[in-house]
Amino acid sequence: MKKRMKKSVMKGLTIQFVPFSEISRLDSVERIKKLLKVILSNKVIVLQGRLKPEEETRLIEDTMIMIDNIKGFKGVELAVISADKSEAAFIQKIKLGIANALVGHQDDLTIIGPATIVKEMKRDPKKLEIMMR
Amino acid sequence: MVIKIFRDFTKRIFAAIFRRKSNIKLGFYGPPNAGKTSLANKLCKDWTGEEIGKVSAIPHETRNVQFKEEVNISYKGKNLKFKLIDTPGIATKIDYEDFTNKFKMKKKQAQQRAKEATKGVVEAIKWLDDMDAVIVVLDATKNPYSQVNITIVGNLLARNIPVLIVGNKIDLRKADLKKVESAFPEYDVVGISAKYGKNIDEFYESLFKLAKKA
Repeated sequence: MKKRMKKSVMKGLTIQFVPFSEISRLDSVERIKKLLKVILSNKVIVLQGRLKPEEETRLIEDTMIMIDNIKGFKGVELAVISADKSEAAFIQKIKLGIANALVGHQDDLTIIGPATIVKEMKRDPKKLEIMMR
Repeated sequence: MVIKIFRDFTKRIFAAIFRRKSNIKLGFYGPPNAGKTSLANKLCKDWTGEEIGKVSAIPHETRNVQFKEEVNISYKGKNLKFKLIDTPGIATKIDYEDFTNKFKMKKKQAQQRAKEATKGVVEAIKWLDDMDAVIVVLDATKNPYSQVNITIVGNLLARNIPVLIVGNKIDLRKADLKKVESAFPEYDVVGISAKYGKNIDEFYESLFKLAKKA
């Protein structure tokens, strides 16, 4: 039997900030599970850092499975804002590369919202517009 | 004895090189309605006389991975054999009401299409590991900075799979190939119109360059 998602009439927007430290020790499966749990409670997540590429695809896969199994769930809107490193000097880029490899892309921000609340995220290189329903 | 070992070794090396080069698994990835099947059809039509799948203005027309086992392409005296793999469009959301509202589809039919589309996305992602090279097809009239595009390209990079980015629909006035190029500055980007065959020679040139990296 299909689960039912809470009816998403927007009474106020809840944004949940998730610091990187909260997911840094979790494995990929647990990370995605944690994020999707927040999404299912109709909140928009602002995550410090970003997921690995294979975690992003895992998030999409799990989202698709949830659309199939949870009534009223229509998927997610997702965007990543990265710090502009193009102007950084060569040495600085190497330092950033090492830091990213060790502790993840903590300069970046990932925004994930349920598609029932977030209509669209329009990303340009320098700005992100979030359109609500 | 030494000669036999050497002969077997070289035979194996040549067989491996020949096998890889002679049957390149070429995937078509991208968001829905970018023209993946149109481009795969163009290639198949040009070189086998048959199409790979149906196309439609309604998103998620391709909901299963489609194959063309052997497509021999010749360009400037060189020949390559490809296995073409056309995949469903990757999306982060699928709402059956989009089909009923925008395309006047009946509710049951729309729900079925949405259900099949979600499965198609999962299937497309699962196939990523099996590709030798991938053509990422983007609609050049749309914003290339969408996270789905970045996720697809990021995954291919993480898997060391060579990528060619195609900006499709350049026949349309709204098309902005420069924007696609600036979104993916480290990749080879070629603008085409799969529907009208525009700039297809440049595409074949880039395809053969891509095949060299596979």
